[in-house]
Amino acid sequence: MADLRSPLARVRGLGSAQDGTHHWWLQRVTAIALVPLVVWFVISMLRVAPEGQAAVRAWIASPITMTMLILFIAVGLWHAALGMQVVIEDYVHGKGWRIGLDLAVKFIAAALIVAGIVAIFKIAFGG
Amino acid sequence: MSTADGPVSRPLSPHLTAYRPQLTSMMSITHRGTGIALAVGLAWLVVWICAAASDAATYGIVASFNGSILGRIFLFGWTASLFYHLFNGIRHLFWDAGYGLELKEAYASGWTVLAATAVCTIGSWLIASLVR
Repeated sequence: MADLRSPLARVRGLGSAQDGTHHWWLQRVTAIALVPLVVWFVISMLRVAPEGQAAVRAWIASPITMTMLILFIAVGLWHAALGMQVVIEDYVHGKGWRIGLDLAVKFIAAALIVAGIVAIFKIAFGG
Repeated sequence: MSTADGPVSRPLSPHLTAYRPQLTSMMSITHRGTGIALAVGLAWLVVWICAAASDAATYGIVASFNGSILGRIFLFGWTASLFYHLFNGIRHLFWDAGYGLELKEAYASGWTVLAATAVCTIGSWLIASLVR
């Protein structure tokens, strides 16, 4: 089959959307990372969720919880923002709305990640 | 493609509302739906953690919603969504790697995902009620 792309375009491999497989690949990387994180989260929630505030704070303040919880929130919201971007691109047709909603999703995800980390640090180091 | 006489009329594939529902297509749209639900659930998790970092009154507001009938419905929905999206996501990763793409295999893995979701969702809520 004849390839109408130039040799340079073929080497760059960016395709018509100019983004190549970067988005697709990051979605998979975060998905694979989330498998063990979700298993840890479910087991933790079974034990911790029904407890009172003091027990929840003690759980969050442990170094292993802090590490896993920050990873879960950050990777989870990253994966969510990538997924929401695809949903928005599929269903929102006006260019202004599409870009605006995608920016809103990205900003909200970033703000939630930072807020989660700040809250976890406050519990662990805030005295 | 459009011509001087207007757009060329081409055959279209059946629209979602005209196409007969089947396990594979329903599970595909459910994966997307549960993903959106889980994005909201993650936001609520951050709210819960922020409340835990705050005073007892603030934590009480979030905890009392979680314990309410409406809150439990949301939490049960998020539990089911989480297990579904986890298991169906693993199914997708196998497809990405080139495995299980035959029709029979896709149906078998689909039913497996649904069964695993039901067992893990009900099982985790049973364990949670026993722990309490």
